[in-house]
Amino acid sequence: MSSPTGHFIAQRVTAVVLAVLGIWFACSLISFDSFELNAVRSYVAQPLNGGLLALLSMAMAYHSYLGVEVVIDDYVHAPRPNWMALLLSRVAHLVLALVSLHAIYQLGFGA
Amino acid sequence: MAEFRLPPNSRVRKGKHVAAREGATNTRRFAVYRYDPDQGENPRIDTYDVDMDSCGPMVLDALIKIKNEMDPTLTFRRSCREGICGSCAMNIDGGNTLACTRAVDATHGEVRIYPLPHMPVVKDLVPDLSNFYAQYASIKPWLQASTPPPAYHERLQSKAEQEKIDVPAACILCACCSASCPSYWWNSDRYLGPAALLAAYRWLVDSRDEARDERLDALDDSFKLYRCHTIMNCTQACPKGLNPAKAIAETKKMLVERRQRSRPHGGLPQQP
Repeated sequence: MSSPTGHFIAQRVTAVVLAVLGIWFACSLISFDSFELNAVRSYVAQPLNGGLLALLSMAMAYHSYLGVEVVIDDYVHAPRPNWMALLLSRVAHLVLALVSLHAIYQLGFGA
Repeated sequence: MAEFRLPPNSRVRKGKHVAAREGATNTRRFAVYRYDPDQGENPRIDTYDVDMDSCGPMVLDALIKIKNEMDPTLTFRRSCREGICGSCAMNIDGGNTLACTRAVDATHGEVRIYPLPHMPVVKDLVPDLSNFYAQYASIKPWLQASTPPPAYHERLQSKAEQEKIDVPAACILCACCSASCPSYWWNSDRYLGPAALLAAYRWLVDSRDEARDERLDALDDSFKLYRCHTIMNCTQACPKGLNPAKAIAETKKMLVERRQRSRPHGGLPQQP
């Protein structure tokens, strides 16, 4: 999705995904009887819940990356700082996504 | 980096005050931005008490009165006095509008008048619109068609086709919209701004134009078009009641639809 229109579409698609999954996640939290570790683990261990949680994390990281990219392009005009800020943002969001996935895996399937 | 504070030589100072003629009972105060690059001084705000009993009802009437009777050095653009030429676009009470269609009575208290924001000032209320006009020219605001016109009549349109261009063609290029757009403030060197994009849309929906793809190609740019973040200041500012934000959204929609048409399988590679 490197073209400007592709970037625009990706922003909208991830926003819709986040709206739907955000509602699902909020409903899930409300329906929890207990926030004990074992209860949360058994919830995340269910494939549908774990999968949707992973998708939510990915969509959130990607949507945030796209948004921050726009903000950087808006305000950081000098080529070198712009390039560095974009690189930093990309690395930070990649780390955020990987840490989220790792956390979900550990919660659901870790020892 | 973007600058969030005016440079030292642009910071506005308090200027002179000119009182109304003796005996005037119905006066209004106008605070007017003054700047003369030839003087080498910072901009200042001069205040004028205008006798409204001998002045027309619009802000432009008051400015003309100030120039004719109180301070002939005041500089501003004006021409038609009826909201059709766009010359007297300026910032009045914090909003971009036309001085000729803005009533003095629409403001309570002091009437604050500045040039259109975030544009270089030539003098007083006259902004430098060179970049604005260059951007308008860049969208090629003329009919482009490779097929020859009919021999005995002009290129015809249905009423419905004409109605599509009626509204965007009503833009008077006053620059109120572009000068109200924060994205344009930060990136006017690369972002075309709402006025030029509204003009581009006017040609995109013209049934006689045959360069739609070329026009869309030119607009498919992360800065020229996609710096619009749907802030909607342009629509709020337009003194003609037009909706540049909607035109920009429609242009983005055209680009998305064209992309979907060119990739019917959602961008996935097709089987041989």
